[in-house]
Amino acid sequence: MSHHNNNSESSKPHNVKKVLLLGSGALKIGEAGEFDYSGSQAIKALREEGVETVLINPNIATVQTSEGFADKIYFLPVTPYFVKRVIEKERPDGVLLSFGGQTALNCGVELYQEGVFEEYGVKVLGTPVRAIMDTEDRELFVRKLDEIGVKTIRSEAVESIDEAVRAAEALGYPVIVRAAYALGGLGSGFCDNREELVALTEKALSFSPQVLVEKSLKGWKEVEYEVVRDRFDNCITVCNMENLDPLGIHTGESIVVAPSQTLTNEDYHYLRKLAINIIRHIGIVGECNVQYAFDPESMDYRVIEVNARLSRSSALASKATGFPLAFVAAKLGLGYGLFDLKNSVTKETTAFFEPALDYVVVKLPRWDLGKFHGVRREIGSSMKSVGEVMAIGRTFEEAMQKGLRMIGQGMHGFTGNKEIKVADIDRALREPTDRRIFVIADAMQRGYSVERIHELTKIDRWFLYKLENIITTEHELDKFNSLEELPDELLLLAKKQGFSDFQVARALFKEEMGNGADAALRVRAHRKERGIVPVVKQIDTMGGEYPAQTNYLYVTYNGTTDDIEFQHDHRSIVVLGSGAYRIGSSVEFDWCSVNALMTVKKEGWRSVMINYNPETVSTDYDMCDRLYFDELTFERVMDILEMEQPYGTIVSVGGQIPNNLAMRLDAEGVNILGTTARSIDNAEDRHKFSQMLDDLGIDQPRWRELTSMADINEFIGEVGFPVLVRPSYVLSGAAMNVCSNPEELERFLRLAANVSKEHPVVVSEFIQGAKEIEMDAVAQDGEIKAYAISEHIEFAGVHSGDATIQFPPQKLYVETMRRIKKVSGQIAAALKISGPFNIQFLAKNNEIKVIECNLRASRSFPFVSKVLKINFIDLATKVMLGIPVEKLHKSSFDLDYVGIKASQFSFSRLQGSDPVLGVDMSSTGEVGCIGVDTDEAILKAMLSVGQRIPSRSVLLSTGGAKQKADLLHSAQKLFKHGYKIYATPGTHRYLNDNGIPSLCAYPPSSTGQYPQALDLLHDKEIDLVVNVPKNLTPTELSDGYRIRRAAVDLNIPLITNGRLADAFINAFTSMSLDDIEIKDWSEY
Amino acid sequence: MRQILKARLILEDGTIFEGKSFGYEGSTAGETVFNTAMTGYPESLTDPSYEGQILVTTYPILGNYGVPPRRKKDDVSEYYESDHIHARAIIAQDYSWHHSHWQADRSLSDWLKEEKIPGIYDIDTRALTKLLRERGSMLGKIVVEGAEEPEWYDPNRENLVAKVSCKEPEVHGEGEKTVVLVDCGVKHNIIRCLTRRGVRVIRVPWDYDFNTLEYDGLFISNGPGNPDMVDKTVEHLRVAMKGDKPIWGICMGNQLLSKAAGARIYKLKYGHRSHNQPVRRVGTEQCFVTSQNHGFAVDHTTLPEDWEPAFVNMNDGTNEGIRHRSKPFFSAQFHPEASSGPKDTEFLFDEFIARL
Repeated sequence: MSHHNNNSESSKPHNVKKVLLLGSGALKIGEAGEFDYSGSQAIKALREEGVETVLINPNIATVQTSEGFADKIYFLPVTPYFVKRVIEKERPDGVLLSFGGQTALNCGVELYQEGVFEEYGVKVLGTPVRAIMDTEDRELFVRKLDEIGVKTIRSEAVESIDEAVRAAEALGYPVIVRAAYALGGLGSGFCDNREELVALTEKALSFSPQVLVEKSLKGWKEVEYEVVRDRFDNCITVCNMENLDPLGIHTGESIVVAPSQTLTNEDYHYLRKLAINIIRHIGIVGECNVQYAFDPESMDYRVIEVNARLSRSSALASKATGFPLAFVAAKLGLGYGLFDLKNSVTKETTAFFEPALDYVVVKLPRWDLGKFHGVRREIGSSMKSVGEVMAIGRTFEEAMQKGLRMIGQGMHGFTGNKEIKVADIDRALREPTDRRIFVIADAMQRGYSVERIHELTKIDRWFLYKLENIITTEHELDKFNSLEELPDELLLLAKKQGFSDFQVARALFKEEMGNGADAALRVRAHRKERGIVPVVKQIDTMGGEYPAQTNYLYVTYNGTTDDIEFQHDHRSIVVLGSGAYRIGSSVEFDWCSVNALMTVKKEGWRSVMINYNPETVSTDYDMCDRLYFDELTFERVMDILEMEQPYGTIVSVGGQIPNNLAMRLDAEGVNILGTTARSIDNAEDRHKFSQMLDDLGIDQPRWRELTSMADINEFIGEVGFPVLVRPSYVLSGAAMNVCSNPEELERFLRLAANVSKEHPVVVSEFIQGAKEIEMDAVAQDGEIKAYAISEHIEFAGVHSGDATIQFPPQKLYVETMRRIKKVSGQIAAALKISGPFNIQFLAKNNEIKVIECNLRASRSFPFVSKVLKINFIDLATKVMLGIPVEKLHKSSFDLDYVGIKASQFSFSRLQGSDPVLGVDMSSTGEVGCIGVDTDEAILKAMLSVGQRIPSRSVLLSTGGAKQKADLLHSAQKLFKHGYKIYATPGTHRYLNDNGIPSLCAYPPSSTGQYPQALDLLHDKEIDLVVNVPKNLTPTELSDGYRIRRAAVDLNIPLITNGRLADAFINAFTSMSLDDIEIKDWSEY
Repeated sequence: MRQILKARLILEDGTIFEGKSFGYEGSTAGETVFNTAMTGYPESLTDPSYEGQILVTTYPILGNYGVPPRRKKDDVSEYYESDHIHARAIIAQDYSWHHSHWQADRSLSDWLKEEKIPGIYDIDTRALTKLLRERGSMLGKIVVEGAEEPEWYDPNRENLVAKVSCKEPEVHGEGEKTVVLVDCGVKHNIIRCLTRRGVRVIRVPWDYDFNTLEYDGLFISNGPGNPDMVDKTVEHLRVAMKGDKPIWGICMGNQLLSKAAGARIYKLKYGHRSHNQPVRRVGTEQCFVTSQNHGFAVDHTTLPEDWEPAFVNMNDGTNEGIRHRSKPFFSAQFHPEASSGPKDTEFLFDEFIARL
């Protein structure tokens, strides 16, 4: 909404000149990329008003912390302590609290309560803190909504059967009865009538003197509204959304559709009106989200919660409608009225309106539960998903099938997938897991009726009927065996229901299909010949009512005319984005994509983006000339390329998804900019790459691809334990593992994986005690133009995505650095790299070995770019555009400061998972902080990912002999600084032998011996746990696991790596919080 | 698989859209208009203002929640806006053959067949909407496979108000105050909104001389078609306006009041039909999201001295209501009674009632 209304007097904005914006820190489960999007939008809005922006956000990989966004950026923890210090220094006159998720909101409320804003004369813009507190505190919230007679979910505490009956009658059956103070749901259950209630209450009262009676909302619909209000009391609801999964599954875990599908006009506007009443009564200025439970059999409702801030849902709503909620909310915070702002899509009409959608949007969560040991796969009231996708279509079936492909876990849509093995379908339908949607497909294939599935899942029949349509069409396709027989009408119907060429091929060709990619190509050729091709439609916020010059596009088969014209002048560049955020690929690739788009534009080309992740900045339609919010499958990318006919396509800034498309796109004659597809393949293919390294005389850890246990044992005989084992087919658990002895190998391969001719296993020698080093670089025609070498704090064995990375390296030999440069140069030349790339090395005693090479931007590109202050993506994009670039001579040796990238884990959200680091990645986000030295940088970084400086006591459990020795020095420091040290028996003995007094804390398996480590944790006796696993033996695993898990569940800082613990302890014993300098990025 | 007949939409400019039938398997003709509302097809179809029109819904999926029962409550329809479908046909991108809602007692398809109204889907409604936006509302014919092609039908040449208005005066509700409601094709929710506020409503035919009745307030309803056809009501209004009793009008009522005041009415290119029309109360910072359904508008520059615009459309600046500078006469082009659509301006009923 960039232009103000000319024909009416603009309302007078608040007079603020400098505004502090709080970010959300590292990405974590429940608080992810959506806040980069909302913060970036707020910054755009403030800049447009000429307001100076100061941003605090340690998440260095975000777009908002980039040059050209905020005026001043502090890579500091978003905690009251640091925010107060920044306020002291910057003296802003306004602050925005609602753009950085719960982190920013909580921090803001604390600062308000401490009187910091008042003390420094900082005006809280937008929703007043009082209103925020009314929505955050359950009791206040219920009371507040009671004032206007709005119903919330609540329980009645009763102490007798009579009271229970009275309460139940007032609430209405069915009700849930819970025994208060009883663990594990003892004595709880559902009651449909008085008799059941009496029986159950009697039982519950035998467990506990008090029983809670609560209305059961099992099976109720879950509906949300995004509401906006300005300070003149004008309100709009920008979007409503309906969860396909009924109440009980967190909205972040649910499949969500926009707009609602099963609400009548009366339902829709009843809830809409309530939402407006609520937002008015609470006094929101800006944006908020109201979540309802809605009875599927009446118009009864309950308000579940109100989020008085931008949220995941608001990011989704923005993308779903084209209405930039965060941007508008920021403007309203400055004092504008909605009537002052323009609809940013039409540029003509007002922002005071409610978008009319002429498409349907489906959001699906992306889980990565397979990455964690021990985590439960059931989904429910807490969030476990790590990302999401949004699919747009003009039928529900189309959007749904697109979305299921976008999730990126090997699924082809609702059908046509590898069969999933479900032991008990009824149970899998009743008790949802991350795979329930595919269980529904399976049940339908087995003849389950919609009614039966509805009974088991409570999913509204409407959604199930639509899903059944897909199955019906598949069965129709099944009746034909070749393209020649297939009627056009059926093929078109299938495409309208979102079938991919691959799905069509699988249904037609059956066992004869052969190579899936080739079969899909045959379908593609056939349908093009038959004129069955998709069209491009615009998202214009007004259902076509007003002309719109919008570049926000999607592709559909439900249409006959394109909304746009194609220039076909070969003056556009297509950038392929990164897809769903998941472990291993998140906001850093969005930063890369956005920067590539900016450079493309700056160099005079039209920029075109393809991506489908609603949590991103790259899918903001003002970031590029054309945004295709659509799939990154080969089929869809080809559809778009054939229509756009761009000059070239960039596949190297969006992580692995676009990178994987390189070969197939190249085979179709697509002009892939920069490094050739052949080179990409030579780096990706383990055998080819290895051969190349051998030819170049570059060392690598020995490895072999093996198909039998005998071969594996023979190879291990050669290289010795430990080995890194990577099966190509994993049954459960992590995809790779380090095995230190024959038992571990046996356990891993027998239980978790399959070894056979079809499923070979790659076994590599694992070098212990080696440093891991990253080379991030940009080359042109095989010559390195810029590079950054960084070192991991942890030794090799911790996945590079979980490792703590230091740049520039502080502890590398000059000789090692020189060798790395030389080898990297050789590889760049051999692969004729033109563009970004990353090589990972192992280094031990100045000997280096190459472990991996990716001819694309890596996760650490934003980090090194920002620390070095050279934008590697800008440079790489220029290279890919064929612009000669100068070799950059700025070297990391010139830096008089240090950057530390630290990882954020979300174990607390993943009940049961073992919070230990290994060769497979498990972090969900990261931060990057800059300091004058390692100590300062590491302290900032560790505090930013939720670690705290312990105040009194530490529990040490420091692994094997070598690791114990490594941590001795730290233990000494802790002791010297007056910390009380608890240690598990082995560590305790070791410390005492070395003259460091410690108290023994017994592990759970030492029953009857006290103090028990777990008790100490529960009693909050300990405020830092260092627990380094020794090996993977079962008892060690279980004792260590229980201590680690307890630390996570009790929110006690935990470190599981000796080297990282050492660095952190060193940092906080060398300096105090007050020693940390408050410097913005530009001051380094 | 379900056997589905093909159906075509033929527009007066010769454009043909091919789709599939889900309604009555016969043909029809009318004026083709689009509505961008995302909910409310039972309300829209029974809204008398759609008389003679072929309704295109831009929201692509239709029929999701079926159709509520045909039932009366307090002598008006409980769920509908009149007692039968007024639109000539309905067109969508996609149709939900299976509906799901606790209130539904049949599918949209069944209802359309009952009332002999064609419905077609599998049509690029976005392309169709853009065409109507660019060329203006057009006459159209729907030809279902196997049915005869009908003649063109232009509803604007007919007095549609006379067609949909009640034939005899009727009384609704009870109360101390009496409101005369001039029925130009009134939506039942207007009656509900009035009677719910405790007034007695005397609903009279469009050409009835209400000046012969005793009343506390006069209400001119919404209605279909061209306001120029409704001169008789305007004449009666002019008489009423000599007095000081409150007068309020909605939609057609706004246009007739404006005509009576002396303003000019003109046809909009493609009208306002949606749930998201932004209006601003003139001279204030109050804005409202409104439900609208009209093809004609008041040229507020032709309002005489003693009248002024009361509301303005924030998108295109067209008039959304007028008020008299001294007398209690006012009107709204949008639909405060909503149904379908947002209820944000229902308070205008309170303002009217308060003046009685």
